[in-house]
Formats: sequence, C-alpha cells, structure tokens
Amino acid sequence: MNVILYLLAASLVLGGGGLVFFLWSLRSGQYEDLEGSANRILFDDQDG
Amino acid sequence: MSVKVAFDHDSPSPCGRGLGGGGPARVGSDGSWLPPTQPCAPTACAHCGLPAPSGRRFCCPGCAAAFETIQGLGLGRYYQQRLLDPVLRPPRPESAERWDLSRSIDTKPDGTCELSLAIDGLQCGACVWLIESVLAREPAVLTGRVNMTSRRLKLIWRGKAEDAGGLVGRIEALGYRLVPFDASALAAAQDSTGRALVRALAVAGFAAGNVMLISIGIWAGEAAGWLDSMGPATRDLLHWFSALIALPAIAYAGMPFFRSAVAALRHAHTNMDVPISVGVILVTSLSLVENIAGARHTYYDSAITLLFFLLIGRVLDHRARGQSRATAEQLLTLRGTDVAVLRADGSTERRAQQAVQPGDWILVAPGERVGADGVVERGASSLDASLVTGESLPVAAGPGTAVFAGTINQGGPLTVRATATGGATLLAECVRLIEAAEARRSRFVVLADRVARRYAPAVHLTALLTFLGWYFGLLAPLEQSLLTACAVLIITCPCALALAVPAVQVIATSRLFRSGVLLKSATALERLAEVDTVVFDKTGTLTEPVLTFRRDGVDAESLRIAASLAANSRHPLARSLAAAAGRVAPAGSVTEHPGQGISAGATRLGSRSFCDCAGPADATGPELWLVRPGHDPVRFAFDETPRQDAAHTIAALRAMGLSVRLLSGDHAAAVSRIAAALGIQDWRGGASPMDKVAAVEALAAAGHRVLMVGDGLNDGPCLAAAHVSASPATAADVSQTVADVVFQGALLAPVADVLRTARLARRVMRQNLTLSIGYNVLAVPFAVAGYVTPWLAAAAMSGSSLLVISNSFRARGGGQR
Repeated sequence: MNVILYLLAASLVLGGGGLVFFLWSLRSGQYEDLEGSANRILFDDQDG
Repeated sequence: MSVKVAFDHDSPSPCGRGLGGGGPARVGSDGSWLPPTQPCAPTACAHCGLPAPSGRRFCCPGCAAAFETIQGLGLGRYYQQRLLDPVLRPPRPESAERWDLSRSIDTKPDGTCELSLAIDGLQCGACVWLIESVLAREPAVLTGRVNMTSRRLKLIWRGKAEDAGGLVGRIEALGYRLVPFDASALAAAQDSTGRALVRALAVAGFAAGNVMLISIGIWAGEAAGWLDSMGPATRDLLHWFSALIALPAIAYAGMPFFRSAVAALRHAHTNMDVPISVGVILVTSLSLVENIAGARHTYYDSAITLLFFLLIGRVLDHRARGQSRATAEQLLTLRGTDVAVLRADGSTERRAQQAVQPGDWILVAPGERVGADGVVERGASSLDASLVTGESLPVAAGPGTAVFAGTINQGGPLTVRATATGGATLLAECVRLIEAAEARRSRFVVLADRVARRYAPAVHLTALLTFLGWYFGLLAPLEQSLLTACAVLIITCPCALALAVPAVQVIATSRLFRSGVLLKSATALERLAEVDTVVFDKTGTLTEPVLTFRRDGVDAESLRIAASLAANSRHPLARSLAAAAGRVAPAGSVTEHPGQGISAGATRLGSRSFCDCAGPADATGPELWLVRPGHDPVRFAFDETPRQDAAHTIAALRAMGLSVRLLSGDHAAAVSRIAAALGIQDWRGGASPMDKVAAVEALAAAGHRVLMVGDGLNDGPCLAAAHVSASPATAADVSQTVADVVFQGALLAPVADVLRTARLARRVMRQNLTLSIGYNVLAVPFAVAGYVTPWLAAAAMSGSSLLVISNSFRARGGGQR
C-alpha cells in the first residue's frame, strides 16, 4: 500500500499547482475587466 | 444681444454627397455610414448618429472635427466596427466643462504623472480601441488603458502635470466626457474585499475537493464486505492527510466569517456568521481530537465543504452589491465644477465652487454649468434647467432673472451676481435631502438577516439540549455526547440557508440586466417585492424626453419655412420641428436670439413675444410662432407625448394590484392632460421637491410601500425618500445615483417587469428558505438520535445546497406574464 503515499503526494502537488496558478492570475488583475477583455480580442492590432 | 449663427462646418449639399465639404477627403473604405444607394436617406450624423440637418453629414461642428481627427489618425475602422446603442449617450462632443485636473493628478518622483478618469459615453469595444489608439499616438503617454467594466481610464504620462488638459481634451473632442476621479480609495477598498473573498473561495474549493476525495476512500474502506476493508493504520494516515489539507484551509477560508462573527458579538448581537463560525470551529477541533485518538470518524470534509458552499453565497452576494457603484461618485464631481469669477479690474480667475462668495460676479460661458445661485446682471441666454427643476424646455434668462447652480447655459455668455454659493445652493439642498432620506432608508433589514436572528439561537439550543440529553439523560460518555451534539451542528449548519437569498438575487439581477434594467442596491429586489403604490414623475418619465410637434392646422409652406429656420438651432422645440418637417435645406444667414427665437430678415420664428403677435389666449403648452411679411402669424404647438407603452404599463401595474399616482412639478394643466390620457385619477401638479418628499412620506406614514419613478434632480430627494426608486437611463446623473433601479430604452415596460421579477424572486427566496429549513428539520432527529455518520452529513449538506441552487434558477422566468 506504499503506492498510496505517492498518489496522495502527487494529487496534492497537482491541486496545489492549480491553486497557486489561480491565485497568481487573480493577483495579476486578469479578472478586473472581463467585459473589456472580451471585446479587446476583436481589435487585435494594438500596435498604436 | 444676438449671436450670429455660423454653421460653416459643412457646405449644404442637397443629397448628402458633398463629402469634400469641410470634412476629410478620406472616407471609410466601405462608406458604410452613407450607403451609395440611398444618397437622400434621412441623414444621421456620420460621427454621433443623431439626426443631422438634412443634406449635411454632421449635426454640429464638433462632430465634424471629431470625424476629421479620427480619419486623420487612420482610425477610420472605428466607424465600421462600432455599435451605437441608441439608449446610451451618443458620442457627440459637447463644450467641455472645465475641471480642475491638478487636484487629481498624482505626480511620481520619476517624472511621470498619473490620472484616473471616469468615462461617460463608452458604447462598445470599438470605443475602448479608439481611445487607447488615440492616446497611444501621443508620444508623451506611457499608459492609456480603459477598463470597460468600471468605465475608467488610467492615464500615465511623462512630463508636466499641466499636459493633462491637452490629453483629456483630445478624448473629449471625440465625444466622450471625462471626469477626474478622486474617490479611488473607496473603490480600491471595495475591490480588495471582493478579491479576498475570491481567494478564500479558491483555497476552500481546492481543499474541499481534495479532502472529499480522500474521504471517499475512507468511506469505501468502511464499507467492509463490499470491498477490501481498510486497516486502522491506513485510515489514520488518510485522516492525517485530510487534516494537513483542511486545517490551514479552514483557518484561511474561514476568516471572513470569523471576523464578521466576532464583530457582531462585540456589538452584542448575532448574525448568520455566529452559528457558522461556532459550528466550523467546534467540528474542526473535535475532528482533531478524534484524529489524535485514532477514532473511526472525522468531519474535516464537512467543515471545509461547508465553508466552500458558504463562500459561494458570499461571493455572489458581493457581486450583487457591487454592481455599478461608480455612479455614486458622479454626485461628488457634479459639485466640483470650477467657476470663473470676475475681478474688480475686469480680469477673471477660476475658483473652486466653494470659494465663491455671495456678491461675486461670475461669468458663465456658453455650454458651461452655472456654479452658484444668483441673479443675471448682463447678457441674455437660455438655460437648460432640466437637472434642477426637471422642466424639459430651456428657460429664457436676461438681466434680473434668478438662476440656479447646476443649470447649463445654452446660449450667449452671462454675467451672474452670486446670491447663494456652495452649500447654500438649491443643488446642494437637493443633495442634502437625498443624503438624509437615504440614511433613513438604510435601516431596512433583509430577509436573510431576519431569518438568521431566529435561526441561530434555535440551532444552538438544539445542540446544547442534545449534549445535555446524551450526557446526563442517557449517561453516555463525554466524547460521544459531544460528537452527537456536533453532528447536530453540522446537519443544521445554515449552508443552504446562506445560499438561499444571494443565489436568487444574482439570477434575478442578471436576468434584469439582460433586459436593460440595472439593480443598484442589493436589497432592491426585496424592497420592490413589497411595493403597493407606484408614484410617477411626469416629464421625461411618463412622457418621452423629446416633445413632438402637433401637426394640426399648419400649412406645408409655413412648416417648410419654419423648419428651414429651425434647422439652424439647437433648441429642443426647433429640433423637434425640423425633425417633423423631414428633409429641408437650412436657411442661410440666420440670426439666433438666445432664449427668444431665430430671425432671417423679416421672417421670425420664436416665442410669442419675440414674434410680437397676440394669438388666441386659451392656447397653452409649449409653442413656437412664425411671422412672415404679408402672412398671418402661424402657431406651432408641441405636445408632451406619453411614452409609447405608458398606458399599457399602467394598466399592467393596476392588474398587479398596485395603486398608481402621478406627482409632478409641472403646471397642473399639463399634468391633468397626461393623467387623463393615461387614466390616472390620483395626480398632483406644481409640486416642489420638498412637496414631493412630503407627499411620499405621507404615503409611507399611511402604511404604503412606495416605488417612486422619476428622472430629474428635483425628483432626487423624493426618490431617496421612497421605499424603493427607479429612474430611466436618460435621467439626470443625480437621480440615477439615488435610484435603486435604472432602466434603459424608450419603454416604460421595465417598471412592470422589474416588479414582477421582484415578486417572483421573493417567492423563490421564501421557497428556498423553507426548503433548507425543512431539510434541516427532517435531518435533525437523526442527528439527535446519533445516527449521523460523516458521509450522511456530507450528503445532506451538499444535497440541500444543490436543491436550493437549482430552485433559484426559477427566478429567471420573470419575463412571462
């Protein structure tokens, strides 16, 4: 049953990775302007 | 005094083909705004989309300049990709109000400046693209980014703070209104609460998912006989793993509840968070004790799943509250207009509104807002008083006329001697009335809190009795008695109860949002559902914002001549006349006399006194007169027309058992005509803002729950005094700020729709509460009897939460009659 240790550790690492990624995206302001982001892709030449 | 009207922005071209005119040579590649097949179609302004004098491409020089700027920068794509929403403010450049930007600019030590502005007039993604592209072409600008959700522009540039005026002017010239944004601290604080909740939700979700997975392993291991049974060592290992994930997660994700519970207890009252916190902490500590002892059952999964569900409710609740809070700050900016004060030596200085003293002489340029109450000393003009008095027609102003802060000068320059300033103005008085009335209203207690007040003590008492019963009654061991009491707490934990109201709120709010109705207050739905009386304002609410020309008894020739004169004016009556006449070439060389009329040679169009004619004395209502040499004077009468579906909506409201009243500041004659046309028996005219508040409060004192629907600033105090209030999107900023509900579009039907949805939502909320309490009542006997195992607790909890959420979706069906 030692395999259970590896499995538990692996699931924790994977889930924790997802959590860290989500918190990062939240912190970097990606949910600040959902409406604007949806519209921005229609105007892709942001070269100015 | 008269002003020469110089409409030289485009040469009149009969078929709108004169693209060379004063406009740009380059035209959008597909020319979609001017289909070649219909060169003579009624022209919409190529920039703002409003009706243009026929034969012209633009409605005003401002639009022509904006069009030229955009084409000149090579951004003509904007016109092909944008979608103009007719209910929003069109992008027509207006003479900008001069804000003192310097107070809002943040100068950084590295030589850059930062400024946040609220944008009015943002229509779609193309507007965002246009503003950002124009700013990107300014070499000094480092960042110019628009947030479409909050309608803000963040501007960072290198150089002096004084450059801001130029940059802001560039955007305002395109037809947007920018207002410096000071109240950023408030917005930031609110945002950080929301973000903290989402972070807690993420952590709780992660932990709940993982702990539940491990728990399923444990429960499967328990089911000896079906599968291989699990040894105690493995079970303990899995319990410890659960604790490893759950304990820090509970400590973190539970903070919003723990804090709120502590705050409530400190003020010696209780809220929903108290039973939640007690339950979660007790269950977690007991699980830890059991875990150390190597017992069979732990309840980590219940505790963390509970937090997860509760946080969903909390995040939804926060969303419902946070919608369109930004409008509140426009109220502050409205007071902040600068005023040009005339010095003794004849020069002017710009001062903040508060710094103006009674007795000062102030200059009001055309298009500017009057900064203080006062009396006109020099100049003649017409004033748009719609913000203050709600009257739809501009008022003529000349020496001796009293003017009020907040009105807009539409004609020539005025010199005004201030009589009341700052806090003493009528505008400030209205704002104070609004604040006072809002403070009174905030005592409303929402349904969920009322339930929580009774629910929490009942739950705690049951748990306590269970413990006492087992320990002293059945003489069970302390550990078992505690565990059973704990199970009661878990089963009764108000998880579905906490979801019952916010889930319905979010679903009903988003349904209304899609049909153009914005709910601004979180408690608006519950208050709307209690309404039994609807009070309407007349001008701009029951009636169309624009007056229509009554065609009877006017010959075509007179109409044509009048319209050709009227096409040169921006006065609402003239515009309405020009629109009614269809395609008419504007007369050349006309002179506009502000507040009186228009003349071209001996032909005059304007007020009765301006045209010097004595018409029938019985004629009432807004009118224009036309005099020509050799002809009798012709009278053009205008009507306020009720909104298209006003009668239908009022009938629908009556059918819902509501009583409908009309309360207006307009003359009794005009009010009675509209009341008769719409079948409202209970009406009152000539009411001042204070009268209106008194009338609404009298209704409230008589036990009625009043929904006030109004649009002018004069309605503001009354909107705030009513139990709940609604404004059309065309309303003054202040009214929209105060109103709980803002509806868009030309129809009045949303008023009935929102009431219907609110009643449905309340019904669903009550069902939800009944469902979740019923669920608990069913499960409690099992818990008290000690039959509840961890998996049963988890199933009961998730089951009731899912039931409540699915039932909430029924609140979407409010559209059917």
